[in-house]
Amino acid sequence: MPDVNMQVELAGVTLKNPVVVASGTFGFGREYSQFYDLGELGGICAKGLTLRPRNGNPAPRIAETPMGILNSVGLENPGVDAFIQEELPFLRTFDTKMIANISGNTPEEYGVMCEKLSAAGVDMIEVNISCPNVKAGGLAYGTRPELAAEVTETAKKHAGSVPVMVKLSPNVTDITEIARAVEGAGADALSLINTIRGMRIDVNTRRPVLKMNTGGLSGPAVLPVAVRMVWEVAQAVKLPILGMGGMSKGTDAAQLMLAGASAVAVGTALFADPFAPLKVRDELADLAARQGLASVSELTGGVRPW
Amino acid sequence: MKAEHECRIVEKRQLTPDTVSMTLAVGDMVSSAVTNTGRPIHPGQFIHIKCGEGLLLRRPISIQSWLGTRMGGTITVVFEAKGEGTRWLAQRQVGDTLNVLGPLGNGFRTTPGPYLLVGGGIGVPPLYACACYTGCSSTAVLGFRSKDRAILLDEFDSACIDVQIATDDGSLGYHGFVDALVRQELAKEQARPYLGVLACGPKPMLKNVANVAAEFNVPCQVSMEERMGCGVGACLVCAVAMRDGTVKHVCKDGPVFDAEEVDWDA
Repeated sequence: MPDVNMQVELAGVTLKNPVVVASGTFGFGREYSQFYDLGELGGICAKGLTLRPRNGNPAPRIAETPMGILNSVGLENPGVDAFIQEELPFLRTFDTKMIANISGNTPEEYGVMCEKLSAAGVDMIEVNISCPNVKAGGLAYGTRPELAAEVTETAKKHAGSVPVMVKLSPNVTDITEIARAVEGAGADALSLINTIRGMRIDVNTRRPVLKMNTGGLSGPAVLPVAVRMVWEVAQAVKLPILGMGGMSKGTDAAQLMLAGASAVAVGTALFADPFAPLKVRDELADLAARQGLASVSELTGGVRPW
Repeated sequence: MKAEHECRIVEKRQLTPDTVSMTLAVGDMVSSAVTNTGRPIHPGQFIHIKCGEGLLLRRPISIQSWLGTRMGGTITVVFEAKGEGTRWLAQRQVGDTLNVLGPLGNGFRTTPGPYLLVGGGIGVPPLYACACYTGCSSTAVLGFRSKDRAILLDEFDSACIDVQIATDDGSLGYHGFVDALVRQELAKEQARPYLGVLACGPKPMLKNVANVAAEFNVPCQVSMEERMGCGVGACLVCAVAMRDGTVKHVCKDGPVFDAEEVDWDA
């Protein structure tokens, strides 16, 4: 292991390394804990929670696209109470930061979930205002600055001392507008990007491959969009950023950090390779060592734009 | 701990123009497999194969048969070259290596004794392992679209007491669907008391077979298919609706389910 300090700070939380796993791609950790010690990870964004259990959308929920995938899972989850009782104690056995991810139909629901999670003890709450796969709430909150601010405010009010990170949607004309609104409302950090709305059609049956017709695009195809948006947001606000979107290599992580991210999340790459987060971490450490950095955090915001 | 394995292709056979049988040297994967039943590996499980660099998703392929580590440590899979991933896979040659996760999922729960094995099309191969596992005392009912698409008939002949074939176009065996043969077979159940029906194939076929089995009060297990992501139960894309209103996932809870727990009308 090269002699680079891999520790980073995200909204006052110290991560042992900048590589986190993205919400919705890692379940509640049980499956991948059969492959390696989850304590190797900088943090875990758990599967998105709602106040009550949700069954999610009908299948097919996934379609492959050029260097990407579309998904329309629709926030299938056991509900916040079941998470706290049955999953959190297990996740707590690992030496890593636990980030709960929540979605609500109303600002009040976000508030109730923040209260429960804060009392249960998580390291951070990621507020999802950008799920493209649910009808109520979700994306609507993420595309209108005043609604995004309202949700953020309510979450902050009920999260106690637990930092609140708001996950932004790329499905907007100007992401910096939402970022500023959320910053103004008191968010502690931002995570971006969520998936980009997309569609794939089977030309023989003339049916969309996804049963929901459209879904969220992720995978390497979206990396440049993520890098651009992290860069734009980093210039618009002072909040720390968890960058994600199509990352599968150390150089991808470095791009997101140079654009302004303090930490990064691996998502879709996990489906092909359960070990992707550890490989990204090691490649990032090598890259930082080769560039003679004492700390990987020196990459953050280091892009030299023309 | 689970791991990914680099597995060399040691044998490849073209069963039909679209169907390929591939045998992989899997080292100790078979004997070190971690499964929920405590048995090392069982019929109905699958391996998750990476199909080149350009495709982000692995392809889940049912295991047709295997040999334990002391017998050489191999897994044989049979698949149809249908889409981009399986076409890539079909072009691999003996000596090439594949990146494999597995064995994954929960297979058929069997005890030695006679079962009625019902397969349709590319759902036929995993039932061969069932035939061997149930002490070669089972009867197979196999359905294909036509004679030229029939596969593994010799293998089933040697591992079953009786093999009955149905084809959609009547070019081989019974002209029609397998559920008619299943009904015939279960109707004479006095002669052969089946411990259960084990079925793998397209969903409409599974639904019909499940209905017939229920009619005759014979327990039925079905191997379901759904578009899959991670293959280990984390991404939740391969959802199947259950009769009790819950959702289960093919990769982790299945692919084999009790027919009566599945919501066939979803």
